[in-house]
Amino acid sequence: MSLYVDIKKSLNGFNLDVSLEAGKCTTGLLGASGCGKSMTLKCIAGIEKPDSGVIMLNDKILFDSKKNINIPPQKRNTGYLFQNYALFPNMTTLQNISIGLKLPKQQRDEIVIEKIDKFELSGLEDRYPHQLSGGQQQRVALARILAKEPAILMLDEPFSALDSFLKWQLEQEVINVLDGYNGTTLFVSHSRDEVYRICSDVAIMCNGKIDTFGEKKQVFNKPNTISAAMLTGCKNISKAKKIDETTIEATDWGIRFVIKTHFDDMNFIGVRSRFFKIATENEINSFEIEIIKIIESPFAITVMLKPNGKNTPIFWEVDKPYWEHIKKTGMSKFLSAQPDDIMLLK
Amino acid sequence: MDFIPLIISLKIAVIATFITFFLGIYAALLIMKMNSRWKWLVDGIFTLPLVLPPTVIGFFLLLILGKNGFVGKFLLNMNIKVIFSWQGAVIAAVVVAFPLMYRTTRGAFEQIDMDLVYAARTLGLSEFKIFWKIIMPLSLPSVGAGTILAFARAMGEFGATLMVAGNIPNKTQTMSLLIYTAVAGGDMELAMHWVLVILVISLSAIFTMNMWTQTQSKQGGI
Repeated sequence: MSLYVDIKKSLNGFNLDVSLEAGKCTTGLLGASGCGKSMTLKCIAGIEKPDSGVIMLNDKILFDSKKNINIPPQKRNTGYLFQNYALFPNMTTLQNISIGLKLPKQQRDEIVIEKIDKFELSGLEDRYPHQLSGGQQQRVALARILAKEPAILMLDEPFSALDSFLKWQLEQEVINVLDGYNGTTLFVSHSRDEVYRICSDVAIMCNGKIDTFGEKKQVFNKPNTISAAMLTGCKNISKAKKIDETTIEATDWGIRFVIKTHFDDMNFIGVRSRFFKIATENEINSFEIEIIKIIESPFAITVMLKPNGKNTPIFWEVDKPYWEHIKKTGMSKFLSAQPDDIMLLK
Repeated sequence: MDFIPLIISLKIAVIATFITFFLGIYAALLIMKMNSRWKWLVDGIFTLPLVLPPTVIGFFLLLILGKNGFVGKFLLNMNIKVIFSWQGAVIAAVVVAFPLMYRTTRGAFEQIDMDLVYAARTLGLSEFKIFWKIIMPLSLPSVGAGTILAFARAMGEFGATLMVAGNIPNKTQTMSLLIYTAVAGGDMELAMHWVLVILVISLSAIFTMNMWTQTQSKQGGI
């Protein structure tokens, strides 16, 4: 593992307690606002100091409270992309890229020219950050970071302040940059879609702790904690109790489901809103529904329903053309969930 | 025309501004880096001369710098007497002008996005370089404004100067002290003459400050 983090920090009643190992790939840190994602990155970069613990990067100790080691941020060789890019407003593109390079002039110029070329910034060398578009600013920030050949790249919610079209463009640019970078990358976001598209591993953070860690498909398809299910976008979660080895009851919904596997400390179940199917009364896992509300998005319909007369609603999402089809042929009074699609959660 | 009060005033104000410039910036940095719970108290002491009547400041300075004051005794041992000298007037001017420089500079430093400082650190820039290449250039309009305010305040200082340095013609008699003396002696014409000189200097200071702030913000586009 090229990055090893095991740190604790308390700050104003918030407790950060993170253990994380990441390889030379892109690891996403997914969590709600204020869960400690950025604080973790800042501790790795040396901007914040943990109360205790160890941080190691490529076998080099960056922080070790027991050995009293705390390498200053200047010597850690980390690349940190801030949400607002943190370009120095009093410096031009050229100065922003070259200021961190402590090399003889000729070598420095070579690197700067190479980066300006690679990030398509030629012609913008003498512009100040406020004279650049959002996309150009991001490219300058990335060029500035990569010119130093950092041992780790950390991206702190780089797209969360952008409108959706620009967000998509910049995301593609970042994916291209990451493809050409062969160190460890940490990508912090609260958007499951971004994390899924950009990263190969995912760590789900909740209240200052790593809740789930694993390969992204594994984490998204089979989350096993309630926070992992919620953060990966599961809208339907109910308390559950075991009836027998193959049956559980979702108590909030008053539904009994047949399931395939079972584990003992299961307390909740989740079903993604896309995974309900139209059913008949006698089908496996079918339950009676009453439609309360229909919510229209650009390309999908979300139906809010009452299951078996209970008050905790279930959300069911279908594509628009399918919904039109259902409206024509008549809506069934029953839905079902396949045993495979029912997620058992801690 | 007698230029001596003008020269005395300018000499005191320029030297006092020079000292205040560095003291103010240093104090602002000190407070910014301070994490102690006594920060509010230190900040209060730094700001106090702004709200105290100049006579009270003069009184304190006499206590400290006088024959029996702890600094005064020390200076006297080295054969330096600051009371009733132009150096005393400089000290008085520094004390009254200091909060203006300190407050304006601190305001500017605090407005700087900390992410810029963090980014600079991860890029390997030393704290010295961060201060001179990023923090200072970005604060320059405010630091300049603070300096001119401090200069104007030092130049117009009256109460504390009178108590510490006295009103000795050709030695410590500044323009403001001369105006007071002239009015007290019924010489309104002489007073008016010096009032006009002060008006011209003060107006030029404000004008310079505005011009400079404008060109600064145009350049950096901040």
